[in-house]
Amino acid sequence: MTEQEIFSELSSVFHDVFDDETITLRPETTADDIDGWDSQAHVTLVVATEMHFGIRFRTAELESLRNVGDFVQLIQSRLVDSKAAGKDGG
Amino acid sequence: MEQLAWLPIHPDFAGALKAARLVADPEEKLSRLVELANYRRNFVATEKLDRTAAQHLSSAPNLLSALQLRQARLAVLSSHTVDHLVPAIRIAGLGRRTTLSTHVGPYGLYRQALLDSNPDLVAFAPQFLLLALDARDYTSDIALSASEAEVTEAIVKHIDELRVLWRAGRERYAAQVIQQTFVASSPTLFGSYDGLVPASPGAFVERLNDAVRSAAREEGVLLLDVAWLGRRWGNEAIGDPVRWHQAKQLVAPHFAPQYGDWVARIIAASLGLSRKCLVLDLDNTIWGGVVGDDGVEGIRLGQGDPLGEAYLEFQRYVAALGKRGIALAICSKNDPATAEAAFSEHPEMVLHRTDIASFVANWDDKASNLRRIAQELGLGLDSFVFVDDNPAERHIVRRELPMVAVPELPDDVANYPGSLADAGYFEAASFTSDDVMRARAYQANVERQAVLARTTDMEGYLKNLSMTLIASEIRPVDLPRASQLINKSNQFNLTTRRYTEAELQRLVDDPAILAMCFRLKDRFGDNGLISVILARPDVHWGKNAFLIDTWLMSCRVLGRQVEAAALEVLANEAANRGAQSLIGEYRPTPRNGLVSDHYAKLGFAPASAPRDESNSASFWRFDIQTPPPRHFITVERLS
Repeated sequence: MTEQEIFSELSSVFHDVFDDETITLRPETTADDIDGWDSQAHVTLVVATEMHFGIRFRTAELESLRNVGDFVQLIQSRLVDSKAAGKDGG
Repeated sequence: MEQLAWLPIHPDFAGALKAARLVADPEEKLSRLVELANYRRNFVATEKLDRTAAQHLSSAPNLLSALQLRQARLAVLSSHTVDHLVPAIRIAGLGRRTTLSTHVGPYGLYRQALLDSNPDLVAFAPQFLLLALDARDYTSDIALSASEAEVTEAIVKHIDELRVLWRAGRERYAAQVIQQTFVASSPTLFGSYDGLVPASPGAFVERLNDAVRSAAREEGVLLLDVAWLGRRWGNEAIGDPVRWHQAKQLVAPHFAPQYGDWVARIIAASLGLSRKCLVLDLDNTIWGGVVGDDGVEGIRLGQGDPLGEAYLEFQRYVAALGKRGIALAICSKNDPATAEAAFSEHPEMVLHRTDIASFVANWDDKASNLRRIAQELGLGLDSFVFVDDNPAERHIVRRELPMVAVPELPDDVANYPGSLADAGYFEAASFTSDDVMRARAYQANVERQAVLARTTDMEGYLKNLSMTLIASEIRPVDLPRASQLINKSNQFNLTTRRYTEAELQRLVDDPAILAMCFRLKDRFGDNGLISVILARPDVHWGKNAFLIDTWLMSCRVLGRQVEAAALEVLANEAANRGAQSLIGEYRPTPRNGLVSDHYAKLGFAPASAPRDESNSASFWRFDIQTPPPRHFITVERLS
């Protein structure tokens, strides 16, 4: 999945979680830019993202998810991990 | 295992929600939202639906009675984060025909909220109070080497504390308390040997939960038994250590839809909204194959055949539900004689013809047949669960009769019992000896109707029933059933005032209030507790008058003159307390038109309404000296 594809899919997760289809994501978008992105919504966002992409974030990574760019980067590396695991037959 | 697996999957949930949001007519909009609550949905979709529903309900609060939705207030007090679960509780409530207002107590401050009077909680006036605590608070202060006796002592201490909290909930707030059982979150220390170490975290939590269950039974507290229900899902499915470390969520967000339904079904059960009747298809539902094609000897049932054994097991589960008091009915497209033959001739049938209160096999459409069954049993279609292996039949029944619950079924019949149990249609808030008799009572009703259909002489029929009405004040033993009736009777209910068991207890304890219940026996059997009357002196009507706050009766005993006999008892009781007249009140609802002339028929005269009453209620006066109408019932008064 390209960065652009991840971006667009992540947008649909944001639209769903915040129930607002007008949200436009940029890498530097943070909680300050989106209405309702509080600590509870953040957890929801993390779980919804995990479910959507079929990945799991690690506890160590949760604190580094500060803006949309962080999300995209981490999703990408997780997707690469799971692909590699798939190749190994794991 | 999939959550909400009994709910059908919507082909386009998001689109349907968008469309519902645009509906202008408030009633239509709400009914669309209720419909969507009964589709399978993940936690994000559930939150979206909740946002729409909450907005809509706050903008149009008068909609509820039109759609016959119930209302309840639920407070959640917890020692962990629960905010993310609340939308799913509300939506599951909506799916089960209850709009829930919710209040989440301050995180971790459940003791203070209950023991000191908390102004927010007082203002909210919860009818239900869910206490969700974390096992970690309870296991941390005991030494691993503690003896059995020390563990017992520690548990007794914890339970005593819980009892104090429960009583505070009941006495301070008149709320029905629901205690969540503890989830063992620690991994094993010794492996299987944990069970042999009294103070190992796993063994301790198990003992604690057992003690919670016994104490809850004694205190009239209901359980949200996540420990019990969780066995089927596994602790990993319910909680996620990552979410615990991140946000102190004991139940992970993704599990919210299932958890929310567990909570909502308990409240719905307390409000009397649980289903009462299980209607089954025959071919490929309770046996394998088609009896009309394969013959009685050709259907697959038992006989060591894996598929046949699986059907047998499903029949055993259904039979057990019948013994619990769920009415069983058959609705099948079949030749009636062939269908009956399978029951009378197949040697392995677990379900017998006598277990079935209403048996309809013909070639009519199933919606019409379900209406027929409802008529015959004297039950509302909204108390039905219809189980059919055929997706097309399920679809048609859902469309024609949206009030009937029609669960999706797993592909494999071996999973039918488990998935029917998962659906929680028959969740109970009490279990009394009346429930056990109920199944028999439905059949007796069918027999009575058969006699009635043959009779042309109504008076002779009634005399012939040899009825005895047993009247008593509401005793502790009557409380669960009386409260059940108060919360679920819609048709024969003059005022439709609902009281939780805790609220009813308060009324019963008040010496000024006359709180009566009635049982009816006849030659076909015991109908159990079938009527409740609450009356009290009321300032407006003067000190010699008793106002009838509540008068309701089970529709099972309609048309048997029970009302007249009950009035006789009531008049006597009121007279003994110095009353000269009774005041009847009728508050019309969309469902109680049946009793609009109840007081007129009993000889009450119209009375003018108090000024502050809404226009729709009517009032009636009965002079206690007036002889009550004639009836053929022997009255027994228990003291």
